[in-house]
Amino acid sequence: MRLEPIANPSAARRYGFPALALAATVLVASILSWIAGADPLATLGLIVTGATGSRLAILETLNRATPLIFTGLAVAVAFRAKLWNIGAEAQLYAGAVMTVVIGTSAWGMAWLQLPAMALAAVAAGALVLLGPVILKTRFGVDEVVTTLLFNFIMLLFVSWLVEGPMKDPAGMGWPKSTPVDRDLRLPRMVEGLRLHWGFGLAVLAALLIWLMQARSVLGFEMRAVGQNARAARFSGIAVTSVLLKTALISGGLAALAGFSEVAGLKGHLTRDLSPGFGYTGIIVAMLALLHPIGVVVAALFVAGIFVGSDSMSRAAGVPTYIADMLLAVSLLFMVLALGLARYRVAWT
Amino acid sequence: MTLAPEVLRLDQITKRFGALVANDAISLVLRAGEVVALLGENGAGKTTLMNILFGQYVADQGSITAFGQPLPPGNPGAALAAGIGMVHQHFTLADHLSVLDNIMLGTRPLWSWRLNRRAAHDKVRALAHDFGLAVDPDARVGGLGVGQRQRVEILKALYRDARVLILDEPTAVLTPQEADALFTTLRRMVARGLSVIFISHKLHEVMAIADRCVVLRHGRVAGEVATRATSPAALAALMVGAEVLRPAPPPGTAGLSRMRLNGVTTPDAEGAPGLKAAMLDLCAGQITGIAGVSGNGQAALSDLVSGLIRPALGRLDIAGNPAPARWTPAAALAAGVGRIPEDRHKAGTIADFTLTENAVLETCRDAPFSRAGWINWRAARAHATAIIAKYDVRCPGPDTRIRLLSGGNMQKLILGRVLETAPVVVLANQPVRGLDIGAISYVHSQLIAARDRGAAVLLISEDLDEVMHLSDVIHVMSEGRISAPIPRGGATVAELGLRMAGEGFAHAA
Repeated sequence: MRLEPIANPSAARRYGFPALALAATVLVASILSWIAGADPLATLGLIVTGATGSRLAILETLNRATPLIFTGLAVAVAFRAKLWNIGAEAQLYAGAVMTVVIGTSAWGMAWLQLPAMALAAVAAGALVLLGPVILKTRFGVDEVVTTLLFNFIMLLFVSWLVEGPMKDPAGMGWPKSTPVDRDLRLPRMVEGLRLHWGFGLAVLAALLIWLMQARSVLGFEMRAVGQNARAARFSGIAVTSVLLKTALISGGLAALAGFSEVAGLKGHLTRDLSPGFGYTGIIVAMLALLHPIGVVVAALFVAGIFVGSDSMSRAAGVPTYIADMLLAVSLLFMVLALGLARYRVAWT
Repeated sequence: MTLAPEVLRLDQITKRFGALVANDAISLVLRAGEVVALLGENGAGKTTLMNILFGQYVADQGSITAFGQPLPPGNPGAALAAGIGMVHQHFTLADHLSVLDNIMLGTRPLWSWRLNRRAAHDKVRALAHDFGLAVDPDARVGGLGVGQRQRVEILKALYRDARVLILDEPTAVLTPQEADALFTTLRRMVARGLSVIFISHKLHEVMAIADRCVVLRHGRVAGEVATRATSPAALAALMVGAEVLRPAPPPGTAGLSRMRLNGVTTPDAEGAPGLKAAMLDLCAGQITGIAGVSGNGQAALSDLVSGLIRPALGRLDIAGNPAPARWTPAAALAAGVGRIPEDRHKAGTIADFTLTENAVLETCRDAPFSRAGWINWRAARAHATAIIAKYDVRCPGPDTRIRLLSGGNMQKLILGRVLETAPVVVLANQPVRGLDIGAISYVHSQLIAARDRGAAVLLISEDLDEVMHLSDVIHVMSEGRISAPIPRGGATVAELGLRMAGEGFAHAA
């Protein structure tokens, strides 16, 4: 058995296989819920209505998608330049920490302080990724390892912060930080509804990244470095500098996930601020084929599965772990489908 | 005269890749004790045919018979077992093993109790002696030169009792003297009844060694001729379908120095020597040719001129002034150095980028292709369209991914990208390697035109014919050293060959 590349895959191939992947995911989900003792069709229906069935459900899905758009963009931008940033989780927490630091200091100028929180978060996230990338460009240290390990370092650091220097004195002993001032929260997008402006910011970021990749010299250079670093270097692109800039943008985007979760939703920092948004961002980016607008769609899909599964679980008694399995299965099928769209299997 | 028995018969082999017919009913017969040359431009179907013979691909139609037995399709082991050996252009040897280990590798079961090394040793020695393949069985392959490695590859095939040997572009890496030694070996082999398929671009070699020539064009057999009944010009005509004339270009008139290497030394890298106190002067209006066997410092010279490396010792001057201290590819471009890299697939282009994107790869940071960091894709696309028209790049359009183009058309795009910047220095490193004859003469005429516009052209090539044909002045490289300039017509092939083998350098390492 061999894979032969197809020079110009037909539209049927390019869209048919991903559609097939979606169908296969639904099939596996049905089998799983049947094993769990529920009616498969009802379970699927509950997931869909749980994610989109009411205004509340939709807003919840949009809220859940917000950090995933940021981390998905962070991963997509980095992977496009073949910079394997597995550390969006750490950059997210770095952003969250700086958001709380600036957000709990007394400035008296909310209109200035809220942007300052975002900027400080971006700077912190960028710096967290800059370290591993300097190690990579200087000494050839594999960034997969360093960025991954940084996640654990950062989580322990946050644990120490919320137990120690940043602990909320009024928190009844819970390991959480002092909350950000009420005036320094992201406003609601629609008055009276739970959706905050973090979502708008995330969509705006996706549009800007798309514009940057399609139109700017830097975006072009990032793609060139990712596709063929040797040719990029030969053609006069400063590869190291492009990688460092990519790191700043990617780390900054991931940090904005932390900023929007703290300033838009939670108000304070805890150890479980992110249920793995940084890692799920990798799935989002891969499902989106690293396309910034695709990241928004993929993030909504993934958030929908999480929110829908939560609600389905309450109603049908199927464990919420089905959400993780669905995501994993959908990613595997999607990767396989994308391969099959571009390669033909030759049996010999 | 009775014909010698058939050893290999390819019958009506057809192979399609989508709409492309790579092999169209190709038939080929090889008899015992003969050398058949397989000729054809790139993309003519030679590689596909050999891949089918060795079971890498399965033919859509047709059959293969080896020594009277049908060869099962799609089984790489079958051809080897049937006594067919292949020496690839890029060797398949393990550097850390000895010559003997390399030869024995794969001939024994993995778990055999003991290897009968002495018998193997004796057999290798006997084969080496019989066929004039001087090589020490106990030497480590990593320490061997290219010519010796090729001998190991041939021995490997002979050790497996190959009766048919296929050589893919075997002389590309050899000095003229080494190539002569190879031909002697091949003659001894056919004298003992072995058969050889010789794949080559070089017509005079084919004339020297082959009994018959099979010429492929666009996947079909364009002609089959006995070598003694043909001429290089006739073969070239069969390959491209028209008579190709090669008039020697009129000499250029030397102007001011555009780039000068003043005792430049660069570090050795990846087993290839760096430059050793190299002196070189590139003058406006001249083609300076660098002759030499590959791996003798040409890569370092090319990297230096391209801006990829800097001199460790000595000085690089551009138009009489020292080169910028931060000598980078961008600095080289800014100084007016146009570069045609050796590897157009990996260094010259980005395969999944479109022609437009590849056309502005080097200039995307400058007006009119970008302003304030934003690319003007309309200007870029117009530029690519202009290059496509002016340099005759055959392609569906500027939005095509460049990986779909043939090597010749890819090279024309690079040529256009370089020459449209009106460079003062043009580096052309192996500019026609792997191209068909039509593309070769086009690239050569463009290099001459650039010279006549006043550019200083640096031509680096393994093909001595090409260097002698085009250059106004020739330098020979050996082990990182650059010889004194030799004017056009100032040395014979044999004299240059001796230089290439390292003789006659004033400051021997």
